[in-house]
Amino acid sequence: MTDSTSASKGPLAQSATLTTRQLAWFAGLIAVGIFIWLVFAQWPDWLKGLLISKKAFLSAILNGLTLAGLYFLVASGFTLVFGLMRNVNLAHGSLYLLGAYIGYEAAELTGYWLVGVAAGFLVLAIVGLIMQIVVFRRLEGDDLRQTLVTIGISVVAADLMLAFWGGNTYQILTPDWLSGAIKLPVVTAVRSNGTEVFLVYPFYRLVVLAAAIVIGIGLWLLINRTRVGSMIRAGVDDRDMLSASGVNVHFVFAIVFALGAALAGLAGVVGGSALSVAPGEDVRYLLASLVVVIVGGMGSITGAAVGALIIGLAEQIGLVYFPTYGVVLTFVIMVVTLALRPQGIMGRSL
Amino acid sequence: MINKRTLLALALATGLTAPAFAVAQAESVKIGLLATFEGAFAVLGEDSARGAMTAVEEFDGTAGGKDIEIVRGSSDASPDSAVRAARKLVEQDGVKILVGPLSGDEGIAVKDFAKTHPDVTFINGSSAAQDTTLRDPAENFFRFSTDGAQWMAGLGEYVYDEKGYRSVATVAEDYSFPYTQVFGFMAAFCKAGGKVPSKSWVPIGNKDYSSVIAAIPDEVDAIYVALGGADAVNFLSQYNDAGGQAPLIGGSITVDQTVLTAKGKLRDVLIGTPAAGPTADTNDDPAWTKFVEDYKKQEGAFPSPSLFAHAYYVGMKAAILALNEVEGDLSDGGEKFRAALADLEFETPTGMVSLDENRNAIADIYLTEVTENENGELVNKLIKTTPQVNQTLGIDRDEFMALGAVSRDNPSCE
Repeated sequence: MTDSTSASKGPLAQSATLTTRQLAWFAGLIAVGIFIWLVFAQWPDWLKGLLISKKAFLSAILNGLTLAGLYFLVASGFTLVFGLMRNVNLAHGSLYLLGAYIGYEAAELTGYWLVGVAAGFLVLAIVGLIMQIVVFRRLEGDDLRQTLVTIGISVVAADLMLAFWGGNTYQILTPDWLSGAIKLPVVTAVRSNGTEVFLVYPFYRLVVLAAAIVIGIGLWLLINRTRVGSMIRAGVDDRDMLSASGVNVHFVFAIVFALGAALAGLAGVVGGSALSVAPGEDVRYLLASLVVVIVGGMGSITGAAVGALIIGLAEQIGLVYFPTYGVVLTFVIMVVTLALRPQGIMGRSL
Repeated sequence: MINKRTLLALALATGLTAPAFAVAQAESVKIGLLATFEGAFAVLGEDSARGAMTAVEEFDGTAGGKDIEIVRGSSDASPDSAVRAARKLVEQDGVKILVGPLSGDEGIAVKDFAKTHPDVTFINGSSAAQDTTLRDPAENFFRFSTDGAQWMAGLGEYVYDEKGYRSVATVAEDYSFPYTQVFGFMAAFCKAGGKVPSKSWVPIGNKDYSSVIAAIPDEVDAIYVALGGADAVNFLSQYNDAGGQAPLIGGSITVDQTVLTAKGKLRDVLIGTPAAGPTADTNDDPAWTKFVEDYKKQEGAFPSPSLFAHAYYVGMKAAILALNEVEGDLSDGGEKFRAALADLEFETPTGMVSLDENRNAIADIYLTEVTENENGELVNKLIKTTPQVNQTLGIDRDEFMALGAVSRDNPSCE
């Protein structure tokens, strides 16, 4: 329709398309404006009736963002491995949980939380390396067997961890400089005597969000701006061709797998400090990263970020406003994505 | 071809060994032990097994002159996993007596499963949903451990009269057991004149409670929390992080040893929390202290048995006592055994227990408050005992049934 008109009446059509773009911009600006108003204005009563309270709404949004940060950390490793090796690593959740336990032990032993974080990252990098060399290299090119082996590993790992750490719920204690709540410059209510009530939010969660953003940017730079990154991208497109051009594919695979596992381990420690560590977490985060990656698009870092954002926000908003069906919401999003865009929002069709 | 043959061999092996064993060891009696050995309630499941084994060891591993053989089945607190495990125990391992399950929804599902196996006797573990026995009960399902509404006896009046709370918000998991607990709490609290303006139902296994915490109205006097295991730990530490101001009131399993012993920042928000349940850690009744000593011989035991250990102990002991009475004779499809169970009345570490006509227990309930003991451990201090609470909470049965089944919206007093 628009094509034919633009062909016949050039200048007029151009101005018409410009107006649609302007309209889209305009709508976007209005949405941003409404959001800013929601954040900074004092809420009228009808809005409180609709959205419980400003505090509840803003906390849900912030929690959604920080949860998205955590999901991104887990899912980025998952999607990286899949993108390059076509290997759906269903033991990814076990790597998360193992990282959390190791981080807990290291932090308890040394008394330094940061040592725990580093231990979770490094130990899991080594575990990932071993998994790649001992297990996956032997099964190369046999995607189904690789996937089945990862299920086996996850079952065995879950029981071993249960045997070793028991069923107790652990919490990795954050250091004092990360603990506590901070006041955000957002007024949620005004008391009858005129004093303003500011939004209070746990500082650690903001740090999680910031860390996720930094790591996300770091990954993007690694993939798009470095030599190893260009090898990885080339490997995603055509593994055989990359190998033929003299690159040691096994080396690239090992690095990617180690990085993916290390990110899962890091997420385990970070998540175990924000929430808690207990048996069953492995399945939960595996499921979360599967949904995130399916929605965002398999093999894409940007996709993992977009997917994590959508799923994190949906989960928290669902939890506050319709708790009964909140769980279904994430899966509805997944089904809709699969129906409309099977390759995921940022995914390329394979 | 080889694969097919292996499969056939496997099928034969698993299918045939079970009955073969039963014949070979005529002198043993198999009891199935079904609990949550996996998932969010794994800690609870482990402790329930300690309780059950305490009872077995008390009778030197024999019942009715036969050796007790415990066969474990594991679920993850979901009803389908409980039925799957129960089916495996009954149909594959051939148990005639099953003790379990642990969690509320599991209890309702296993009760329905029990109806399909009338010659197998089911003795509840610690599952405490009201409708497991109140509505549409199964003839062969017995509960010696009381339900979640009974567990709340005395709490509503106490926080209204003694603590002076008038308006309370509730946070609880979204399934039958917490419905039952909230029902039990509100029955007394609302009757006394209290109001419950906000109820949050969260999915079981939820990790991130900060949004739920933010949505709780600021003006309530206290928050009633009925969450279990890892869920409770997460809520409490995040409530602490968020600088939670309102005092808490605990559901029975929220301030249980499974939560009180968790590692984390829970201490400050927990101390002083009133709750009620079938056990009290500081109970100085000799029967209780003896039970605690026996329980502590189990590997990995808590400083004090959790209510899960207690419930499984009571259930297992009931099974053994009834087996002793019928001298281990289950040859009539368990008719005599079940008759003995129904008439059973025995002394437990927490007082006398007997069953009503729906085979649900009548027992003592304890009102408690969380305190720190001399070793720095958190324990539930006994405040008051409510003697012999029945399932209808002392209300006439017809009147009680008219209150309707427990749910998210029933009862309500905004």
